[in-house]
Formats: sequence, C-alpha cells, structure tokens
Amino acid sequence: MTNLNDNFSFNETNEREAEKILAKYPTDRKQSAIMPLLDLAQRQNDNWLSRDVVEYVANFIEIPFIKAWEVVTFYSMYYTKYNGKYLVQVCGTTPCWLRGSDQVAKACKEMISPDQNTLSKDGLFSWMQVECLGACVNAPLVQINDDYYEDLTYDTTKNILQSLMDGKEIKVGSQNGRTSSKAVS
Amino acid sequence: MLKEKDKIFTNLFGDDAYSLKSAKKRGDWDNTKTLIKKGRDWIIDEMKKSELRGRGGAGFPTGLKWSFMPKDPALNNYLVVNADESEPGTCKDRDMIRNEPHKLIEGCLLASFAMNAHTCYIYIRGEYFNEAVVLQNAIDEAYEAGLVGKNAAKSGWDFDVYLHRGAGAYICGEETALLESLEGKKGFPRLKPPFPANKGLYGAPTTVNNVETIAVVPTILRRGGEWFSSFGRKKNTGTKVFCISGHVNNPCNIEEEMGIPLRELIEKHAGGVMGGWDNLKAIIPGGSSVPLIPKNICDSVLMDFDSLTEVKSGLGTAAVIVMDKSTDLVKAISKLSHFYKHESCGQCTPCREGTGWLWRMMEKIGEGNATSTDIDKLLDVTKQIEGHTICALGDAAAWPIQGLFRHFREEIEESLTKIRAA
Repeated sequence: MTNLNDNFSFNETNEREAEKILAKYPTDRKQSAIMPLLDLAQRQNDNWLSRDVVEYVANFIEIPFIKAWEVVTFYSMYYTKYNGKYLVQVCGTTPCWLRGSDQVAKACKEMISPDQNTLSKDGLFSWMQVECLGACVNAPLVQINDDYYEDLTYDTTKNILQSLMDGKEIKVGSQNGRTSSKAVS
Repeated sequence: MLKEKDKIFTNLFGDDAYSLKSAKKRGDWDNTKTLIKKGRDWIIDEMKKSELRGRGGAGFPTGLKWSFMPKDPALNNYLVVNADESEPGTCKDRDMIRNEPHKLIEGCLLASFAMNAHTCYIYIRGEYFNEAVVLQNAIDEAYEAGLVGKNAAKSGWDFDVYLHRGAGAYICGEETALLESLEGKKGFPRLKPPFPANKGLYGAPTTVNNVETIAVVPTILRRGGEWFSSFGRKKNTGTKVFCISGHVNNPCNIEEEMGIPLRELIEKHAGGVMGGWDNLKAIIPGGSSVPLIPKNICDSVLMDFDSLTEVKSGLGTAAVIVMDKSTDLVKAISKLSHFYKHESCGQCTPCREGTGWLWRMMEKIGEGNATSTDIDKLLDVTKQIEGHTICALGDAAAWPIQGLFRHFREEIEESLTKIRAA
C-alpha cells in the first residue's frame, strides 16, 4: 500500500472523470485542472500522492513536474504520505477551542495515537490538528475523510472512533440530535 | 425581529429538500427570463438601489462593483464566486450551498448577465466535500432543465457555470489568490492594480463575489432594491445571515435584519450567553480578522458595517464569536495568531516572518513569561506588518492582537505582575 507506485495511471472511470474535469476550462488553460486532477489521483491512490503520481498528473496536463509539486506542497489537502484508511482532522481554532476541542483531541490521542500524524497500531487511523474547518456554530468538530462530525464531546468522539473501528455505520453531521446549524430550542 | 415573510433563505437549515423541484416551490427560478429581459442597466440599478454591500467581509457596494466591469461584448468577462469560506467563526455560505444551491445558481446567471459574462466559476473550499456534491447536483439539474447552458432559462443568454474545489488554503479566499489558484497555481495574492475588473481570471475582466452576495440577488430583483434597502439603516441595509458561535447556549446560524443590536441577536436566537449576559467577557463580532470588543461595547452596539467600524471593530463576515468570563483571552487570540501563521502564504516577508513572531510572543505572554516592554514591542511589530503586505492577511493577523490590548492591556499586565511576584 505504501510502496512507490511506479506505474500510476488513471483507471477507466477516472480517465472519463479527468476528461470531464478538463472540459471545464479553456482548452489552452489545462493547468487550471491541476487541483481537481490531483484530488482524483489521490483518491485512486489510497488518499496520498507519491512523486510518481504527481509526475503522472503533471504529464497529463503538460506542465513541468515542479509546477505540480509547488501546488501539492502549498495546499494542505494533498498528502505526501499514507495516513491510514481513516484520517481524522480535529479543528482547534478559537471557535472550536472555546467549545472544548481539546477534549476531542484528547479522545483521538487515547484512541488513535499519542502523537498526531502517526498511524494507529492497526495502521488504519491517524489524526491531526487542523485550522478552521468552517462549521463554527457546530463546534467542536472533526472531519473524517470527506465527512464532518459536529457538536462533539469527549464521549461522542470516542463513540465515533469506536464505531469506525468496529465497522459500524455512524451518522454524519451533528451528534447532539439537531438539524444542521439550527439552534436547539 | 425579521419577519418570516421577509427572510430570503427560507430553507437555510435544510428542513426542505435542496432539489430544483423544492427550490421552485420556494420561488427560485420563477420567470428568471423576465428579469433578464429588463436588461443589464435595470439589474445594476436595482442592485445600487438595494445598497447591498458585499457579504464576504470587505463590504464594498455590490452594484457599484458590477458597474466597473467593461461592457464591450467582444471581451470574455468572468464572474467568479468565492465559496472558499474559511474565516474562523464563519459558516453561513455552507448552509446556503447545501440547502439553497438554486438561489446561488440563479444569482450566478443574473449577475453574469449583468456583467456581460458568459462563464462563471464557483470556487468552493476543498473541505466542503459534501456541500460540493450537493452544489454539483443542483448545477446538473439546472443544466437538464435548460436554466443554465445555451439560451439559459430561454433568456437568449448563453451561460455556463462550473464548480471548482479548492484544497485547503485560507489565503485563497483573497480574491486574487483565488484567481491564481483557479489558474492552477499556488495561491499567491497578486499586486493590485491591475484590479480583477481589468485583469482577472486568465487576464480577462473578472468580478469576484461572495456566495451570500450572489445568492440574495434573485430575491432583490424580484422584490425590488427598495424592499431590500427598507431593512437596516442607510448604507447598512438588507437582511444578513449571522453565525453565532462560542460561549452561547444555542450556537446557530440565523438570518436577521442588518443593524440588529448585538445583545438582541444573541439573546433572541442563540439562547443568550452561557451564565447570562453579565457573564460576558468579550465578543469578536465579524470573524477572526476583526478586533474583539469588550462587554460594555457589546451592551449597545448595532450589528452593521458602520456601527462596528465606529467602535474600531468591523462587521466582516458577521461571524459572532462569544467569549464568557471563563475565557483566557490571551490564549483565545493566540490561537488566532497560530491560524494566521499557518495560513500566511509566505510571499511577503513582514507577514511570513511576522505572523510566526506574533504567535510566539502571544504564547510567551500566555505563559506569563513577558513584561510590559514585550507588549509594546509586540504592538510595534503588528504596526510594522499592517499595511506592508500585498494582501490583507497581514492586517488580519495584526488586528486581533491590537484589539486585545486596546481593551484588556491593564488586566493582562496585572496578571503578568502577579505571576512575576509569585
């Protein structure tokens, strides 16, 4: 899984998807497609980008490797190493911190690994502290892969992680029963 | 209090479906063609009458901004919608995108027509994955129904709208960094001039507007600019979605009349400050970039652009971050300093070096390992960053610290003295 991927290329589905992405931009502006293409490649490659994958994407839109690498290293959502099947991102910016994000991070430390950016013993999880996720009235929250889990406490965070470990389904969004960002009445 | 009948976002919380069918029942896409047939000048004139000011933070008059766009039909103008919502405290656009996407798409068509643009890109922050899925579905629905695409909504105007996902960079909320990012580069803000209205995306005239600014356009045009400007005060008009977070009993998003008293906003909609109004310490009224205000100002201030500027803060994105008396204010602001350090793009030296310096100094003060001279030095550094960078991120890093010491310096120095004595 973490081996260097020497022969990366888009699978058939993603090749079609890549063509759809390219069609969004003027034909002489292929570089505009780099972000969605890197995202597509990352999804096909266990959610991380090796040098080979980035080279493939750079060739795909005919730009020098370094231009692509600049983009990869500038944006926080491209990962240059494997982060496990579940990447748990804990928001710790002020609105989340005021509502107890330290307790959410504590739950991650206990359940996943004492240090962030480190794989859990089973190799399936890692967690990291991130800056504002933009769901501040549902603080504190975590993003696990593509989904937000909101209005968390120490206990609900632990429950979510345990459910993932047990392979159980969990509800995305608010964990305190309310609808989206509506006030609890 | 804003009446239900005057709310623009009737499905802000997603009680109803976001689909085209439901959106039409709520009045979206109702005879859009007739609005377009009234012509470009009429649309811009109604927008000017509404006195709508941009909802992304800077508060520039929207109608005026649109009027800057070149009218030459030979030019390939662009509308770019800024959905890179990342200002700490702010999460209003998220609800509009996931629950009212058709208001945004219809607004894109109307605004693009008014600005002679046949193409619109919506740049959404990468973390909003599920929101992007919803918005793409809504765009697909609109194409299928002929509301966008060739001869959009049978108006005679050809219009394409594309969704572009970011990948985690606060700086891309700055309009020229956003354009760089959309061109497939790292998000370095551009030197201005030239402004985007002259040279924007791919060197073509471009207007960048916030999601909320565009999403209110169809309703303003249907109900009239004067209807919109009947809310709030002169030059501070309309309805506004506020985000109330932090130490309140019921954090929420809520659409209200511009200029509602801050205290009323919190007590009517967010269940009040935890432990009661008297337990309030300070509030950041407009997202992390604006200076905080202490309780005595919160008691009476109105939530609009000019009222908050008068008290040396700002409406910004109208993201209200409430902090009660239990809050370690130095730590709360230090976390924001860390945010700006993390999000500085590194292009300008005062910001790249300064934001880290500010954060380390704030941490030092937080640990009690500082003196009054250190605070002077810190404030001096904020002044050296402010106004000396290409974009406003440097200013945004400086202001929260300046606000903190403007109102709480005495209290912080007292606690530093106590720590030294102990």
